Amino acid sequence: MTTLSDSLKADIHFIESMNSCMNCGVCTAICPSAEFYNYDPRIIVDTVQRNDDEVLETLLKSDTIWYCGECMSCKTRCPRCNTPGGIIMALRKLSQEKGWFTESEKGRQQFALKRVLGNNILAYGYCVTPDIVKPEMHPEQGPIWEWIYHHRDEVYEKVHSNYHRSGAGALRQVDDESLNELRQIFEVTGGNEFMAKIETYSIQKAEEMGMDSESYFLHTYMDNNGQHGGK
Amino acid sequence: MKLEGKQQIWNDYQKEIANDQYYYARSCIRQTFFPGSEWAYLDILGNKLGKTVFDDPKHTTCTGIGYHSDVVPVETIMTVVARHFALMTEAGFENMTPSCITSFGIYTEILHTWEQHPEMEEKTREFLWKATGREFRKPRNLAHTSDVIYKFRNEIAAQKKYSLKDIHTGRPLQVVDHIGCHYAKMFPAKGIGGAEFPAVLSGMVTAWGGESIDYPERRHCCGFGFRNYLVLANRGFSVANSKKKFESMQPYEPDFIITNCPGCAMFLDKWQYTISEMEGITYGHNGYGIPVLTYEEMAALVLGYDPWEIGLQMHQVSVEPLLDKMGIPYVPEAKYKNAKGEDMGHPAYPTYLKVY
Repeated sequence: MTTLSDSLKADIHFIESMNSCMNCGVCTAICPSAEFYNYDPRIIVDTVQRNDDEVLETLLKSDTIWYCGECMSCKTRCPRCNTPGGIIMALRKLSQEKGWFTESEKGRQQFALKRVLGNNILAYGYCVTPDIVKPEMHPEQGPIWEWIYHHRDEVYEKVHSNYHRSGAGALRQVDDESLNELRQIFEVTGGNEFMAKIETYSIQKAEEMGMDSESYFLHTYMDNNGQHGGK
Repeated sequence: MKLEGKQQIWNDYQKEIANDQYYYARSCIRQTFFPGSEWAYLDILGNKLGKTVFDDPKHTTCTGIGYHSDVVPVETIMTVVARHFALMTEAGFENMTPSCITSFGIYTEILHTWEQHPEMEEKTREFLWKATGREFRKPRNLAHTSDVIYKFRNEIAAQKKYSLKDIHTGRPLQVVDHIGCHYAKMFPAKGIGGAEFPAVLSGMVTAWGGESIDYPERRHCCGFGFRNYLVLANRGFSVANSKKKFESMQPYEPDFIITNCPGCAMFLDKWQYTISEMEGITYGHNGYGIPVLTYEEMAALVLGYDPWEIGLQMHQVSVEPLLDKMGIPYVPEAKYKNAKGEDMGHPAYPTYLKVY
């Protein structure tokens, strides 16, 4: 039987990120997430080196692995060339493969991310497009964005973009052939299968929590229990 | 001896940047929030510097934001990037120039991983062939678009119409830069000056008459953190990190912030509004914010482009105080007009942050 540790060690992110840790804590000192959340990348590295599946399972079901912002500041500074942020990527993959990400509030947010980014990429060919940055979901964008959003055809024309049209230029519509190639890449490489797993486990959790998928989406996008900061 | 040592370290963090014939890889964030920067970049390269840049309609997202939000697997993003390399190859180009720090980091990481694990490159080639029937050659040269502008900073200086100086006093403008984590923190040798002594932006600033300030939190993350901004519930992380940077740079009274990464530019601009609404704090002079420019916008202003043609009206923090210092003429009432000259109305005014 493949253990959790075995699965982790087979992940390319883990292979590229884990050498040997001397527990100096430089990663924690430089980490923006450690400053904001109850999070310590040094302990993550410590934990994965123990080869203890019980401890790993607890970690994979926790909020802890979802705090990292993947800025990779840790990679620059580690004197032993470890990358705690890369180890986090391997842990997140495994947590989603197992369906354990739904056990924590921060982990459940993968549903919102999958729905938003998965749809943007496969429907438009971009991770972000102006049409989906709705001011009511992005109050932090402020009144200028609200103005741009409501006049976006005219504003984008003024600054020489090719918004919603075919051909080259900023914001041009991605042609059907290119979109189909992108979708086909997701199909053959397991991208669709992986996102389907996130969807399936999330819908199961929504049912368990007595929510329909829309309410669950809003829960994963908006809710914060206020228990994540440690400082 | 000491100087030689420093010179050696500096040499380790230089990079080869192709001289011409660039394949352009578009940024999802830049085209959404700073589309005028893209246009300015392509126009400067083509019409001011006489270079060939291919803007390929078939190019798509690299899926990098999905990858770093952990919803896109590594095999998938590698194959999407391989398709970009195939499009570049088919178009007859060898020099890949992404306009996004996330994409640049991803291209760099993937090329590195394929070098370390050739079997992954082989598998990617199989995936790409199966999905699209395409084949690719890896780029001969990979440079971020800011590297390209850096390379030609002196040529741009020779054509400049305005300097990064206060025309009223002759004082060089004081500039704080923000490099963007994935430019050089993952692979320091791939960025000009590495992660510790980033020079890609400060090199432009000094070439065009300004002074670069090495403020304490210069290297700190802007706070994007992918899921930490994209999910509304996490945005406290994002704004807190930007606030840390503003507090670090404010004592130096910078005339503007210059950014490398399109996402960072958006955050450092928009979070000044958010912080003003949350806490009544503003970081510029007299209740205004600190203007934020992309490096393309900075180059375009120096070269005499119209501020509204390059999209400076899309910034939340008003840029007019900076334009006035540099002596750049502009038509105030044209700011919120469309291409036909029709008025599009004025955006709402923030509660505390002063705007034009």
